[in-house]
Amino acid sequence: MTTTLVPDRTTRPAPQSLRPDRSKHTRAGLVLRYTLLALMLVLLVGPFLWQLSTSLKGAGESIYSASPVPSQPTLDNYRTVAETIPVFRYVGNSLLVASASAVLNVVLGSMAGYALARLPFRGRAAADLTFLATIVIPFEVIMVSVFLTMRSIGLVDSLAGVVLPAAASGLSIVLMRTAFLGLPRETEEAAKLDGANAWQRYRHIAMPSVKGTLTVVAIFAFVFAWDDFLWPLVILKNPDNYTLTVGIQYLSGTFSANQRVIAAGTMIAVIPLLALFFSLQRWFFRGVGEGGIKG
Amino acid sequence: MTVAGAVGRTPVRPGRPKDEDPVTRRLRLTPWLFLAPALIVAVVFHVWPFLNTVVLSFTDARALGGGTFVGGDNYVRLAQDPSFWLATRNTLVYVAVVVPLLVLLPLLLAVLVQPQIRAMGFFRSVYYSPVVASMVVVGLIWTWMLASDGVVNQVLEAMRVIDGPLPFLTDSTLLLVSCMLVTVWKGLGYYMVVYLAALGNVSKEYHEAAQVDGASPARRFWSVTVPGVRATMFLVGLLSAIAAMKVFAEVYVMSYGSAGPGGQARTLVYTIREVGLGLGGEIGYASAMSLALFVLTIGFSAGYLRAQRAEAR
Repeated sequence: MTTTLVPDRTTRPAPQSLRPDRSKHTRAGLVLRYTLLALMLVLLVGPFLWQLSTSLKGAGESIYSASPVPSQPTLDNYRTVAETIPVFRYVGNSLLVASASAVLNVVLGSMAGYALARLPFRGRAAADLTFLATIVIPFEVIMVSVFLTMRSIGLVDSLAGVVLPAAASGLSIVLMRTAFLGLPRETEEAAKLDGANAWQRYRHIAMPSVKGTLTVVAIFAFVFAWDDFLWPLVILKNPDNYTLTVGIQYLSGTFSANQRVIAAGTMIAVIPLLALFFSLQRWFFRGVGEGGIKG
Repeated sequence: MTVAGAVGRTPVRPGRPKDEDPVTRRLRLTPWLFLAPALIVAVVFHVWPFLNTVVLSFTDARALGGGTFVGGDNYVRLAQDPSFWLATRNTLVYVAVVVPLLVLLPLLLAVLVQPQIRAMGFFRSVYYSPVVASMVVVGLIWTWMLASDGVVNQVLEAMRVIDGPLPFLTDSTLLLVSCMLVTVWKGLGYYMVVYLAALGNVSKEYHEAAQVDGASPARRFWSVTVPGVRATMFLVGLLSAIAAMKVFAEVYVMSYGSAGPGGQARTLVYTIREVGLGLGGEIGYASAMSLALFVLTIGFSAGYLRAQRAEAR
């Protein structure tokens, strides 16, 4: 719309409200909005960029200089990270833990969710209560005890021990159950009449219809496992077994003098996840919408 | 049920073992096969450890040996332990500061990025990026920003707000404040998205009516937006409070594992880990402390939900 902006368009009569987005914004309002948006951009993204810039600055360059762009960009700091800690191993461990968590949550969560949504059985209250307990009891409350359980089954200092407690989160089960309940019953009833058993109905009819929720569950389990710190810190002893978060924290302890190297380490830990997020963002937002409101 | 002519669908009759044929039995078993893997995880790694925590809290169990019943000794010790009370106080202050900020600021942010135009999609996405990063990464980034020679102190000094660098990370009170800032910074994007879903349901007509009546944007925010997302504000308050009760990584990372000078910035989870794990771990005592955290969390949630219900009436 190129016509001149009348300062007080809002007092126009009703038909104007059919185009609310044009009528609402005065020029001053727009300027204010975009100023605030830019300010928040600096506040929320600036620290990441500052860290990125620090990680690329060479030894001869002051990291205190206000210039955000390194004058002699170098990857030396990343090399130093790799020489100080087995960072590729940590990336591998984190990938393994996060992928296993995603697969387990998808499989176990969808199976349990399907039973809760579609299969008649007695003892439902007991099952509900058990899953509710996993949501209501914070993991931090039972962490010492889970450590003892892990010790007695020999999983301390193993990646399996990192993955298992979150292998079928209450959130995954609730999301899957809700997704299955949202499917029309008719197709499954018809398949049942044709002699399809519960597994076939789950595997070939229900699962292909909830791909969106499966994606959400996988992504959330992956990101949670990748980012988790406290539990891996508790259960992993041998530095060879560390996941990235524990490894990067370890790096900051051994290298607290050199900000450039720590910055490079944090970038290694965060860039894969930011890439994942920016390529799959609608699933992230959908997950917050469903999980935040129901979880 | 008449037998003759009954069409294929045999209703499952629960609880009559004598007329149970193999098919029915399989029908009753199948759901449990579907549930079994998830149930095993839930029982072995959640329900059982919880019950175990309750039992252990009445014993003197240690990482190596111990385990005799000592009655309520751990709880008596808890009540007299200054370190526990410091941790509880710090945790509650943390909740009290962080929750109001995380209820209000993300709502303002959501209103800011609400217009359905292309550019806003960009802002929503980048505002969300701190949520995706691990708290370890975020904590280390801010450790660098808040260091005595870090960018925050430099900017404040250049603006002549302060004369010398502030000890953001080495003074225990300032350390806790810094951690709160990081918690809020990282949480903004998440709750913004939660609010965006709710804002979509606030009727446009109310806004337009208020606008026609000449209400200022601030007035419309308080009189139209806030009442429209009231339920979501309660939800965000609850979620962020439960999360803040469990605060750990911020404090641990930003103090290099020390919780500040003399551990003065300790939180409950920090203390539970310190007391209960490691070779000298006092598991019985840590279990009692864990249950204190549980009671605090559940008690708060219950009281909160009751207040919400009273408010809704």
